[in-house]
Amino acid sequence: MPITITMPALSPTMTEGTLANWQAKEGDTISSGDVLAEIETDKATMEVEAVDEGTLAKILVPGGTENVAVNTPIAILLEEGEDASALEGYDAGSAPAPEKDNSGDSSKEEDKPKKKSAGDQPKQAKQGVTSEAKGSSGPAPVTKKGDRIFSSPLARRIAANEGLDLKVVKGSGPHGRIIKADVEKAIASGGAKTEVKAPAVTAAPAAATPPPAGDYVEIPLTSMRKTIARRLSEAKQTIPHFYLTIECELENLLAMRKELNARSDAYKISVNDFIIRASALALKQLPEANACWGGDKILQYKDFDISVAVAIEGGLITPVVRNADQKGLASISNEMKELAGKAKAGKLMPEEYQGGCFSISNLGMFGIKEFSAVINPPQAGILAIGAGELRPVVKDGALAMATMMSVTLSCDHRVIDGAMGAELLKYFKGYIEEPLTMML
Amino acid sequence: MSDNDFDVVVVGSGPGGYVAAIRAAQLGLKSAVVEKEHLGGICLNWGCIPTKALLRTADIYNLIKHADTFGIKVEGASVDLKKTVARSRQVAGQLSGGVQHLLKKNKVTVIDGHGKLAGSGKVEISKDGKAVSTVSAKHIILATGARARTIPGLEPDGKLIWTYKEALMPDVMPKKLLVVGSGAIGIEFASFFNALGSDVTVVEVMDRILPVEDAEISAMAEKSFKKQGIKIHKGTTVSDLKKSANSVTATFKDKKDKTSTDMFDRVILAVGIVGNVENIGLEGTRIKVEKTHVLVDEYSRTGEPGVYAIGDLTGPPWLAHKASHEGVICVEKIAGEKDVHPLNTSNIPGCTYCHPQVASVGLTEEAAKSKGYELKVGRFPFIGNGKAIALGEPEGMIKTIFDAKTGEMLGAHMIGAEVTELIQGFGIAKTLETTEIDLMHSVFPHPTLSEMMHESVLDAYGKAIHF
Repeated sequence: MPITITMPALSPTMTEGTLANWQAKEGDTISSGDVLAEIETDKATMEVEAVDEGTLAKILVPGGTENVAVNTPIAILLEEGEDASALEGYDAGSAPAPEKDNSGDSSKEEDKPKKKSAGDQPKQAKQGVTSEAKGSSGPAPVTKKGDRIFSSPLARRIAANEGLDLKVVKGSGPHGRIIKADVEKAIASGGAKTEVKAPAVTAAPAAATPPPAGDYVEIPLTSMRKTIARRLSEAKQTIPHFYLTIECELENLLAMRKELNARSDAYKISVNDFIIRASALALKQLPEANACWGGDKILQYKDFDISVAVAIEGGLITPVVRNADQKGLASISNEMKELAGKAKAGKLMPEEYQGGCFSISNLGMFGIKEFSAVINPPQAGILAIGAGELRPVVKDGALAMATMMSVTLSCDHRVIDGAMGAELLKYFKGYIEEPLTMML
Repeated sequence: MSDNDFDVVVVGSGPGGYVAAIRAAQLGLKSAVVEKEHLGGICLNWGCIPTKALLRTADIYNLIKHADTFGIKVEGASVDLKKTVARSRQVAGQLSGGVQHLLKKNKVTVIDGHGKLAGSGKVEISKDGKAVSTVSAKHIILATGARARTIPGLEPDGKLIWTYKEALMPDVMPKKLLVVGSGAIGIEFASFFNALGSDVTVVEVMDRILPVEDAEISAMAEKSFKKQGIKIHKGTTVSDLKKSANSVTATFKDKKDKTSTDMFDRVILAVGIVGNVENIGLEGTRIKVEKTHVLVDEYSRTGEPGVYAIGDLTGPPWLAHKASHEGVICVEKIAGEKDVHPLNTSNIPGCTYCHPQVASVGLTEEAAKSKGYELKVGRFPFIGNGKAIALGEPEGMIKTIFDAKTGEMLGAHMIGAEVTELIQGFGIAKTLETTEIDLMHSVFPHPTLSEMMHESVLDAYGKAIHF
């Protein structure tokens, strides 16, 4: 039966890419290992190699097509002995395709037996062996060179020394090979800084003594889990954290929110949207706090980009609301909804979650009263937001009720001192309690 | 396109020019090369190749002198200078003919004459000083090379005071020879004439011979040359050459301004190279010249659109293989080829064919230190290598220099038999950006001289086995 070739994922986070061009033409005889097409992502151009042999019967997605989703059928290969009639009634769209995880190698080999009768057993076994020999390198029926990053030994050594992930480096050597100059350029532009710095924290801390065998099941680490382990271990081990907590009254903010939301259906502003804007404005008022540690200097950001932690399946990610100081509540709200939606669907593009000057982590919706968050490196501050709840307060010398919210600021003491952090919180509290001032 | 209309015209057919023209033709560009004298340029006719032919005679004569060591009785061996020179010229002639054949095979038009820029996209061809035609080209590549530098007061006369050209065709074997300059050219001639029986003196202004090489290699070379009978004056200049009918009296001045004189029957001047920037039409263009060399960018482009310069004309290292590579890169860039990369000059090996041979690539230890690297340095002597002993060549060393932090091979320096054939191994290693690990994991065949390359790398990390 015809084999469907699908758009490969060149990296774990890739969801779509550009099919730059076809190296093979319809009617070409294809051998395993032949280059079929070139795929471009924002980072690199990579070649798609054939795994199976046969004739390239039909190209479904022409060269030059942008935004081709991963796993979209892009071509059909006829196996030896099949002719074009085999294509009749063959719907590439319903052809077996990996369900979700593209890094797995199971699609074709597993799907095939399902559709075949028991009489095909020998073929099936052969396929299994082939699959095993090739190792798990990308989705069948295409493999991708992206699995192996072409780089010089020296480039790899320097990258390892500096904690630079070669996946983010564009190669300028022969056939896109990553060479020393590329790695040095990436390091110079801060590529290594946002990644893990010291080799000591490259490996996430291992459990000191594992529990006795049989008392647990082993759950392999996803790449997201590894990143969280690595980055946050680094943050807690290398950043001198301290914490400042303040209480904010939400009555005015809630009233204003209610009024604004009643005016239009084009937006639905949340308390968190107010917090994003208030944070950006507070930082703008105290630009010294909108900075990060640069080793032998402090790097003060020019923009006010707020990273917002979003819980997603298997971990969390921090999409960034750029220039939140210049955006109205409605646009922040709509942008945040879109980013959160993309985050949950695993479709955030790198530029949507990389960078950011300051983070917000909100656990109020879970009823958490207050907590301290771990700084998101290389940033110097993160604001942990607790639940808004009715609490007894003293107003004008008398006991009263008000909706209160506790927020805790985690500061990198190398950049933000106690008084500076307190001042930042004072400005933040001012905007939250007098939300009209946010409109200025 | 008329017959006088080309995509690429290359001025000069040395190893830079003819290679550029052939590559251009291969890429479908209509190309021509302008040559006023011999196809193949200095390298083929008056440089690399004929000197190697002469040095081969020196090597064989050396071997014959030591034939007894190898159990061979030879009596009455002597050198026939005329035949030696004739063979050298025949070799050069054969290769020049080969270049002609290659150009023809690739349909490169060869234009006989002197080429000179003559306005945008034009090259004027002249013969005997008279303009004979003009050709036009979208791209003009200047590859006019370089020539021996002369110092005022020390002008060559072609009779008693030679440059490389006369030294290649000696009519008599000088009894007493002075070589001024101890770079590759000077040392090769010193080695040749010494082997054939001349009493050779070398004068070098720097404080060591082969000044571009690693200091340790210079020191070993000096020791070896002295053992062979060559006299060497370092830190010394020649302030005067006084000619008489059949001899030259040279006045030397050392660092303390102390002068001395000595008499020679021939002098070879090898005091450096200047670019051939004159009379090629640079005046009035945007092409910049600095210290007799044309300034170019990493793809050999000059300041004048459509005009390029490659090889010796653009400055050091003055090496044929550098010129050829620049020619190929320049032309591929012109043709819009993908995957064209600038030449990394730190990966260009250099060879000197004296006895013992010297070869190197990359930084010297001193240069690496001054760049702030923390170093791992390995050395392995020929005396520890089985093949070297069997060959009867126990003299020499291979030195390797690594960046301690990254394992990058910063430089490799060799002295001894056949090292000019070994150095390319490290050239590949450097170009591929291997680290010490890859070199340690490489299997070098036994018994070969190349095993010393392995051992030297191992030694840099304290793991050498055979020494």
